[in-house]
Amino acid sequence: MTGKSPFETVVSAHGATVLRVCRAVLGPADADDAWSETFLSAMKAYPGLSADANVEAWLVTIAHRKAIDVTRAAARRAIPAAEIPDAGDTADRGDLGLDGDLAEALTRLPARQKRAVAYHYLAGLPYTDVAAILGGTADAARRAAADGIARLRRSFPGARVRSER
Amino acid sequence: MNTDERNPDELAHDLALAFPAGPGELSRLHERLTAAAHRDGVLDVAYRTIDSPVGSLLLAATEQGLIRVAYARENHEAVLQSLADQISPRILHAPRRLEAAARELSEYFAGRRRHFDLPLDLRLSAGFRRTVLSHLPEIGYGHTASYAAVAQLAGHPKAVRAVGTACATNPLPVVVPCHRVVRSDGRMGGYLGGPDAKHTLLSLEAAA
Repeated sequence: MTGKSPFETVVSAHGATVLRVCRAVLGPADADDAWSETFLSAMKAYPGLSADANVEAWLVTIAHRKAIDVTRAAARRAIPAAEIPDAGDTADRGDLGLDGDLAEALTRLPARQKRAVAYHYLAGLPYTDVAAILGGTADAARRAAADGIARLRRSFPGARVRSER
Repeated sequence: MNTDERNPDELAHDLALAFPAGPGELSRLHERLTAAAHRDGVLDVAYRTIDSPVGSLLLAATEQGLIRVAYARENHEAVLQSLADQISPRILHAPRRLEAAARELSEYFAGRRRHFDLPLDLRLSAGFRRTVLSHLPEIGYGHTASYAAVAQLAGHPKAVRAVGTACATNPLPVVVPCHRVVRSDGRMGGYLGGPDAKHTLLSLEAAA
């Protein structure tokens, strides 16, 4: 009888995707912390995860919560706090070494749009799963992603950025 | 639909390129994860592999000690899955916990070590099998004993076949020396690592 795979296989199957999601949502400076906390927290909870769970959706859900924690902690550290435009958003990432303009444009999206784009396009989650993470309906999650894509296309016309029908 | 509308897979592809996650970064993060898991007491099983004269060996350890040594022919992936099923799925490739075991095995294969001084976790073996395993270190380096003699050592002189089973299911081959148990007629007998591995180990010990 075969139960859960060794957690190592979870890290090797999903480590790269979760890192991309953390980078998209937080920018490179805080992504490592969010990734580490996500997998440590997932490892602790792993024995209790139901056998038929969608592991990637579960990991992205944890990463989402960790990203919010990291963003809040960063906002508390930042001085002056008033310069942070949106508690759920990231501050200016212009000097943090993201690879290319598309990454830069994505990190500048409003938090909800950015997350919808990251969870659907980077993590490959269906909108029902994205909605379960963000709250609201699947349609609302789809609209948030579409709005994000539209904004990316405006701010970064060179990218092969197309909205999904 | 827009004429330049393209497959959303292309966007996913472009985004993945825009947020690279290279093997170097992932291995650094993996190392950080194993350290944190160990610190928080949730690294239930750590493993690594080593190269040896008897092929690639999988080494796995709990916090109590070395719990498994596996030959390549046992299929390392299947062995890790059975550790997940029997011990805990909280398993990571974490070489640091296996440093002492790897070092002692490498000394052994170089002919510079005659017995192992490692904490062992024997919970994968129970009952009479475990009793048998606990007596195997009494067969000294470079010596052999028959299945019947080991049955005698274990206090059940008639349980010769059970000694064979205990050796065949030894979770810690090489370290717990079931390779030193041979047939009464002097022939080598079977071995969970295969006859070549048994021959290699016995020759190594005879030569040292």
